[in-house]
Amino acid sequence: MSRHTLTLTTPYVLEAERYELRADGLYRFDPDRRAFVQVLGASLVIAASAATASAQPNGGRRRRGDEQSRTESLDQRFHIGADGVVTVFTSKVEVGQGSRTQLTQAAAEELRLPADRIRLVMADTALCPDDGGTAGSRTTPANVPQIRRAAAAAREILLALAAQRLQVDPSQLDCREGLFADRSSGKQLTLAELAQNDALKSLLQDAASGEASLADADQWKVLGTSVPQVNARDLVTGAARFPSDVSRPGMLYGKVLRAPTYNATLQSLEIPADPALSGVTIVRDNSFVGVAAGNSWLAAAAIDALAAAAKWDNPPHPSSDELFTHLKKTASHDGDAWPRPRVDAWGDGAQALDSVPPERRLAADYTVAYIQHAPLEPRAAVAQWNDGQLTVWTGSQQPSRVHSELSAAFQLPADRVRVIVPDTGGSFGGKHTGEVAVEAARLAKAAGKPVSLRWSREEEFTWAYCRPAGLIEVRAALDDAGRIAAWDFTNYNSGESGIRLPYDAPHGRTQFLAADSPLRQGSYRALASTANNFARESAIDELAAMAAADPLAFRLAHLADGRLKDVLTAVAEKFTWTERYARRAADRGVGLACGTEKGSFVAACVEVEVQPGGAPRVTTVCQAFECGAIQNPANLRRQVEGAIIMGLGGALTEQMVFKDGRLATASFSKYAVPRMADVPQLDIVLLNRPDLPSVGAGETPIIAVAPAIANALANATGRRIRSMPLIPGGS
Amino acid sequence: MTQQLKLKVNGRDVAVDAHGERPLLDVLREDLGLTGAKYGCGEGQCGACTVLLDGAAVRSCVTTVADAVGMSIETIEGLGEGDALHPLQQAFVDHGAAQCGYCVPGQIMSAVALLRENARPSRAEIIAAMNGNLCRCCNYPSILAAIEHAASPK
Ligand code: FES
Ligand code: FES
Repeated sequence: MSRHTLTLTTPYVLEAERYELRADGLYRFDPDRRAFVQVLGASLVIAASAATASAQPNGGRRRRGDEQSRTESLDQRFHIGADGVVTVFTSKVEVGQGSRTQLTQAAAEELRLPADRIRLVMADTALCPDDGGTAGSRTTPANVPQIRRAAAAAREILLALAAQRLQVDPSQLDCREGLFADRSSGKQLTLAELAQNDALKSLLQDAASGEASLADADQWKVLGTSVPQVNARDLVTGAARFPSDVSRPGMLYGKVLRAPTYNATLQSLEIPADPALSGVTIVRDNSFVGVAAGNSWLAAAAIDALAAAAKWDNPPHPSSDELFTHLKKTASHDGDAWPRPRVDAWGDGAQALDSVPPERRLAADYTVAYIQHAPLEPRAAVAQWNDGQLTVWTGSQQPSRVHSELSAAFQLPADRVRVIVPDTGGSFGGKHTGEVAVEAARLAKAAGKPVSLRWSREEEFTWAYCRPAGLIEVRAALDDAGRIAAWDFTNYNSGESGIRLPYDAPHGRTQFLAADSPLRQGSYRALASTANNFARESAIDELAAMAAADPLAFRLAHLADGRLKDVLTAVAEKFTWTERYARRAADRGVGLACGTEKGSFVAACVEVEVQPGGAPRVTTVCQAFECGAIQNPANLRRQVEGAIIMGLGGALTEQMVFKDGRLATASFSKYAVPRMADVPQLDIVLLNRPDLPSVGAGETPIIAVAPAIANALANATGRRIRSMPLIPGGS
Repeated sequence: MTQQLKLKVNGRDVAVDAHGERPLLDVLREDLGLTGAKYGCGEGQCGACTVLLDGAAVRSCVTTVADAVGMSIETIEGLGEGDALHPLQQAFVDHGAAQCGYCVPGQIMSAVALLRENARPSRAEIIAAMNGNLCRCCNYPSILAAIEHAASPK
């Protein structure tokens, strides 16, 4: 695997074993090389700043480095306050997906408290046990049970303590709403009273999450209900402090010099005698050049002055026009290479295709463009040094990983770095890395003052990692009864999640081949699953057409009974598929698609309207979704709606266009994302399965949107579009 | 050149030393500590920075601070009355109109301007007025529901 195009010092590692790709960090500073730090003018003094004294020291409740603290003692997880409020500590982050409320519900459920008696401290590496990052829809299946087990164990300890104090057997006690009451005498203790008991702290310290019983879904009192977002009030008043809002005394504003083209390297930089640089801290360290100034307008002006003086080497870079050829050409077939090709074959594998006559064979190549997450809050960080101790507030899904990036970049022992992630603007898989934290920390180190750094929209489009582009080759065949006889599916570059064929086929092969990616790429909401579902569900419709079958009937005939079939049946019924499919016309088409990912199941029906000469319009998306027992119906609905609408962007218009190393789509005016006027009618069916474990819901609801639209367009126009986005120019 | 500029923000007179060409958004956030208005694009395309100037919704990222002198500037921080939320803020809470919430101050300020101008807008009028406010969490159905609720006869 070759490196991608940024100047990197760490090798690019594509972890095919994982459910997602990851982008690597941008920088490694060389501690032995003296960085060039320059201050022009007289207004800035480089000195240790007394203003940083308010930074809290590290080594609070929990030190990092104990790996996944599955066996953390309960006092690391909970603080039970004398006011009867329980504070829960977790490394998970809130990025709009609802984890803060959901984990509040989890703790409240097992502590038998109302949700407003729980407070969450999230994602502070000095305070919180390391529960892993926030990715892969893992909060629901992994962390909700983890918090529930810990809360149930704490409840048992509280019960035992109350029983001892009341001198009754614990089985005699009811525990409800923070009251521990003896059923026969009516004597009771409050949680607040128990919290003041000296023994409680050591009892919690000595105990780990045990085997205390958890409430079944049909007994849930707090889980399973639409508990409103716990911090909604702060969000509507502007009181919420996002990472880009964090302010520290004496704080400066940073900006980084970016290369003019993707793989450019800096040849020379003579600092010009420009008044824009007066009073500004300028840092050059290896490939890194940045400034810190009194406000962001001054910082931007200083960077403009430096950019005008910088000389770059601009080697060639593949353009988006030749992208898919490039991916195919650089694909790694070598079984010894890393990452290895991932091949899954069954029956006679791909050879089975050869025995089918050509008129019953499909050969179709699908492509998926790079797209950006374009989170409304760009990545941002505030860094502060205090006696060699680094504290960074930043927006990231991976506090622990950012912590490691910082300690590696500055050669600091783990206990000298603290990362705090305030609730952050939506990230959609786009904020796994810590580059902005490293940049802010580098600038703050030079300036001797806290530095706030927020990427511009253009930087966010150009330099953040994007969702991988992919080329997918499908070769398939029907038998003489119109059933799938063989299936061969090869994904170049975009990843393997969702690659498995859920339909019955006696022979087949799926494979994922890594390739050289001209752009930085990494995870995205549902990642490769969207690409693989787009190709597979489009090809299934092409096969259904070849078999002259209704696409719904064709799918149902190839699906075993189970959860996927259930969502498909549910959505077809809600949409009245059979009638609407029969009524299709040249200006109005319908399409459907389904899929499964990360243990949840989705099916969508869409209607599109096609006017001659005009842009096709998606008028309706009807979607059924099932993710086990529903923990918060209102939040789930919002996640499903958000995923569908976000999915419309990738399906219809979003793509990264680049040529000669320059991105042509680096603003919201050139890269169209869904707006309120683009929202179609949404009909959503949430299937609740209280008998099944709950799994995450933030990702899978995006995967059926694009193929359902592609199928509807083909249905209306008779023309099959095999590339995402489907209508990049709008028509 | 920095100069002393007199601004009227949320009904209060404040003086700032600032270069007149700086975006109003930066001065609100960096000089006045009013971080409710957000940066989302810096070029008038997303609405995250929306504030009101003499009652009209403007993109403070493309408005210079000099242009705001002498006008009444309203930000999300000035919207409620003491502890009581403005009806639109309350409607956003009640309808779960925030996912991450980063776009929400801008959404609310755009909606405030709309409803002051037109207390009973149709759905199409709401969509037209709100189409410049991006929500990347794509929480548009809940945002629309909140505004429709706030605009409905009580
Ligand atoms: S930040 Fe002003 S419109 Fe986007
Ligand atoms: S709620 Fe996240 S951007 Fe609107």
